[in-house]
Order: sequence, then C-alpha cells, then structure tokens
Amino acid sequence: MDENYDVIVLGTGLTECILSGVLSVEGKKVLHIDRQDFYGGESASLNLSQLYSKFKPTAQKPELKGRDRDWCVDLIPKFLMANGELTNILVHTDVTRYIEFKQIGGSYVYRNGRIAKVPSNEMEAVRSSLMGIFEKRRMKRFLEFIANYKEEEPKTHQGLNLDSNTMNDVYNHFGLENGTKDFIGHAMALWSNDDYLNEVARPTYDRIILYVQSVAKYGKSPYIYPLYGLGELPQGFARLSAIYGGTYMLDTPIDEVLYTDDKKFAGVKTKEGTAKAPIVIADPTYFPEKVKKIGSKVIRAMCIMDHPIPNTNDLDSVQLIIPQNQVGRKSDIYITVLSDVHCVVPKGYYLAIVSTIIETEQPHVELEPAFKLLGPRLDTLMGIAELYEPLEDGTSDGIYLSKSYDSTSHFESTTDDVKDLYFRVMGKPLVLKKRPNAEEEEALNGLE
Amino acid sequence: MRKFIKSNDSILTSVVGKTSLITRFMYDTFDDQYAATIGIDFLLKTMYLEDNKTIRLQLWDTAGQERFRSLIPSYIRDSHVAVICYDITNKKSFENLNKWIQDVKLERGDDVIIVVVGNKSDLNNKRQVTMEECEAYLKSINGKFCIETSTKANHNVKQLFKKIASSLPDIETSAKDESTQPETVDINIEQPKVESSSCC
Repeated sequence: MDENYDVIVLGTGLTECILSGVLSVEGKKVLHIDRQDFYGGESASLNLSQLYSKFKPTAQKPELKGRDRDWCVDLIPKFLMANGELTNILVHTDVTRYIEFKQIGGSYVYRNGRIAKVPSNEMEAVRSSLMGIFEKRRMKRFLEFIANYKEEEPKTHQGLNLDSNTMNDVYNHFGLENGTKDFIGHAMALWSNDDYLNEVARPTYDRIILYVQSVAKYGKSPYIYPLYGLGELPQGFARLSAIYGGTYMLDTPIDEVLYTDDKKFAGVKTKEGTAKAPIVIADPTYFPEKVKKIGSKVIRAMCIMDHPIPNTNDLDSVQLIIPQNQVGRKSDIYITVLSDVHCVVPKGYYLAIVSTIIETEQPHVELEPAFKLLGPRLDTLMGIAELYEPLEDGTSDGIYLSKSYDSTSHFESTTDDVKDLYFRVMGKPLVLKKRPNAEEEEALNGLE
Repeated sequence: MRKFIKSNDSILTSVVGKTSLITRFMYDTFDDQYAATIGIDFLLKTMYLEDNKTIRLQLWDTAGQERFRSLIPSYIRDSHVAVICYDITNKKSFENLNKWIQDVKLERGDDVIIVVVGNKSDLNNKRQVTMEECEAYLKSINGKFCIETSTKANHNVKQLFKKIASSLPDIETSAKDESTQPETVDINIEQPKVESSSCC
C-alpha cells in the first residue's frame, strides 16, 4: 500500500483516537497506526495475561476465577466527569452508540484517619460525618455561595472577586477549617496539590461547579465509567474514524520516519509500504527525541481483591481520595475501585487502582496509607510511569505530539490536550458539530 | 433515544462483498460503483419468521477495519452471530477465513454462531472453491451453516438472513439476563447548559 493521506496518526491512545475521529468526520483522509496488536496504547485496558506479562512477567499468576478476557484492567486509572468535556465529546460524536456507561457508586475522601462520603450539596453537608456541627454550617454557607453566585449580580458575590481574591481568601471568608479546605480543594475541585490555595479563586470555583453539576446529573457520584474498561473509549473513536473513511493498522511498527529536505515530516515506512502525509499526530513514545520528561513520575498499583473497600457501604465502585495534607504528602493519593458490575473483573472480584506522584526513593511505601484502607489484597501489580510532553508545538516540522496521561483522577486534562493539539494542527479551535444519528447517516448515504 | 449494541444480534462480516451483502439485504440494491460518503455503521432490520416470531437484527459492518486486521474487539464481543464471507472465485479469500474465525473464537469462545458465506455465486465459471470444501471447513470449525450467495444476482441473500434469524437461540432468555444487571446511564439526555467558563 503506497498511499497519500492528509494526516497520519501514530498510537491508538485516547487522545490520538479522538483526534482521528474528529478529523475523519471533518473529511480528512486519516491513516492510523499502532505498533501494538491491540487498541489503546498507554490508555488501554489489558486482559489478565497481558497484564501479568507487562507487570509481572516472571511471577506465577495467582489462582483467579474467570476467563482471561473477563479482566479489563486500565493502565491509566481515571473516571469521566458526568458533566465533563469528554462526556460532551462522546455525545456530540455519537460515540455513545458503541459504549455503555455506568455510574460510580460513590465519591469518598479521607479525613482524620477515616473515610467519608464527599458532600456535594448543602443538604449532604449538613448530614456529613466529615465535619463538626459549627463547621457544617460554615460549609453549608460556602456551598450556597457557590450555587448562588451569579456573575452579573454583585450582591451574590459577598464582596469576593473570583478573579483577584485567592481561593484561600474565599475559604477564610467563610471561616472554613484546614481539614475542610482539604476535602473541598482535593475531593471536589480535584486539585492534586495545594498550589491552588494562593491562586485566584476562579478555576477552583469552575471545578467545584463541574463537580456539583456532575453529581446532580445521576446522583450517586460525579463519575461515570464505560463497561469493559476505559480501553473502550479509544476503540469507540477509532470506529468513528473508520466509518468516516479512516484506515486502521494495528501490529505495525514504524520502520522509518520520512522527512522532506527541509526536515519536515513527509511520511512513514512500515511492513505494508510507504504512507505519505504532511502531518503526523503521535503519542510521545513514537518520537522520543522530540519530547521531554516533565519531571514527575507516577506510581500506579493495581490491586486484585475479593471484597469491596471497608467502610464504603459495600459499594460496587468508588473513588477515594487521600488529600496530601492528611498523610503528610505534597500530592494526593487516588484510589479507584471497580467490580464485575462494570465488566472489568469476573464476579466476586474487585479491582482497586492506587496512584500518586512519586515523592521519595521508595514509591511503593508511599502507597501504604491507601493499602491500609483497602484491606486484604489477593495480588498487587505495580508500575512506574515517566510523564512526557512535547518539546515543540509541531508547527515547524508537522510533527504534533500529545502529552502523557497525567495522574489526575479524570479526563479533563486529556480533553484539554486534544483541543490544544487540534488547534496546533488546524489553526482554529475545535468546534464539535453534532454527528448525524444512525438513521440520518443512512439517509446521507442515499440508503432508505 | 438510545440504541444499543448488546440488545440485538450483531453480525460480523469480513473479507469479501460484505457491505454489498448488507445493502442487498436491506435495500435490495446492488451497485458496483457504490461509494458511500460515510461507511455503514450498523443497520437494523426486523424479520418476520414463519412461526410468527419477529426478530430484530442489528447488522454491523466492519467499517474497513478488517483491511489490516484491526477490528475493535468490542465489535466481536457484542455479537451473537459472526457472518464470515469469502469469494468463491478467490481461493485465497477462503484460506484467509481461518484468521477471522480465530479472532472471533478468541473473543467469544463458543458463545457465538458462525456462518460461512461464499459470495459471487453468479461467477460459477470462475469458481475456485467448491461447496463441498466449504462444508468440510464448516465442520472443522464447528460452524452453524454455510451458504453461497450472489449479491449481484440477488441469489440466496434473503435466505441467508432468514437462516440466521431462525438459528438464533431464544432472545427472551438473554433479555432477561440483562435486566438483572444494574442500569446503565444515558449520557445523551439533554443536560442543563454548562457554563462556558466551566472547567479549566
């Protein structure tokens, strides 16, 4: 196959697949290649044998029930915010027709040695066991302020300016305790460290609104999750791309990258032949010389268990956040728990993924506070990931690179990267148009 | 409205003449020059069987992802039936069936009905694969049935899908299984407008 394309995409991670899908819908001729024989790249979900060969190649697998393919273990633990940007993209592209979602059962936070549900509205704040009686009232007033804040009505601002006051100013206005700041900032605004305290309040306000609106959407928690694992997401967008003419080649290593005389990207050579395009979009692993380490590493531990997390009402799934201050750290520890309800483990098993940014020479010890909350584990697989970002924006050589998936608990930074890449490639902001539904597509094809 | 993969019977086709098989069945058309602006994602067809049963088939096309063997696994996972096609005038396409059967069995084990279709039966004079070879092969892979069709001459296409429909296990039972699962959420439902400034 010696062919010309508008765009070549390397790596089938979520970022790359969303872009393939969107660009194909816009009429671009896309060739999408992955060196591995499965979809998802760094954001894949692995079956049991893939998981063990990656993380414990020499160890004996424990006796586990179920078939290999009944396990779909995410390499990057994240949840979707029900009202977040990825959800918006899924709806606009109608990729929802390929993927089913379920709610995450609850959102929990660790405070003073125990865990409790994160209150998301005034009513829950009043009932919450996280705070004493007076603090509850202060929290209630804070949440009312957030809910009632209207840009154009200064009387709802209570004398605060979200663009000049720091978030700490806002907390102090309501007299909130440090422990309460911890769970608002880390379990609702989902900041993973305390830098936000001394920055203007606006971004934190926006994040709390996103959290609250996401909870309001389905009720149990702000998070949703695709059946069969996060690896379904890139696959859904890959199918979208294919329907709109995208060509897919898995299991195809890149033998050579071709350049023009003035060092611009020209194409790739693979076992299938030469493919040419003026533009390539790729994950950092395809151009290691064009990315740099961002300086922080993430440790992730996948824990196989046969019970739910203690003190979470036996929920089938939870997000549990250990704010950094609570355990004397600089960054939070995240725990995601899933079960057979989400079709990622066989019946009777639970999968907890613990992750954090490494701060010491003994990263596995840093996860101990989380392991204590989990209770007994059948097996634990650990991996450390270096995070990369591109050195250049790609406009000079036509090589547009994505960032590594970070340690945040949701996809908002991933969709930011998608939008940023789109802008760099196309020179205009990404505007999502509603994709025709299945019937309308039939009509477009002249088939009725 | 939400339509979903798992509810009906998805069908996997591959290799040769698959899209024309679907369009012939659905719309009774055959177009050599047929070039869709958009690929076929999936199509729904309600069939009425002799014994007053109705069956809703959900036909999924491969969307070209079979070209370099890059079908998404969920495509196979959610299927009840895999229709695997070869071209009777092309021995190679028949020999290639094996890799597709492997992919299907890897994902679905024995929980899937496999149907083998030899297309282009109108080109009998160029035949490279006999019906006997197909029958023998079917037996070796424990498939359900094989059939030769011509989408061009509209031969056996309807019969193919009728046979598929009548070889499906009782749908009611599988529907019941699904209702015991906790509900999924419909993220397509209109939501209150997110403020334009939201999220950073």
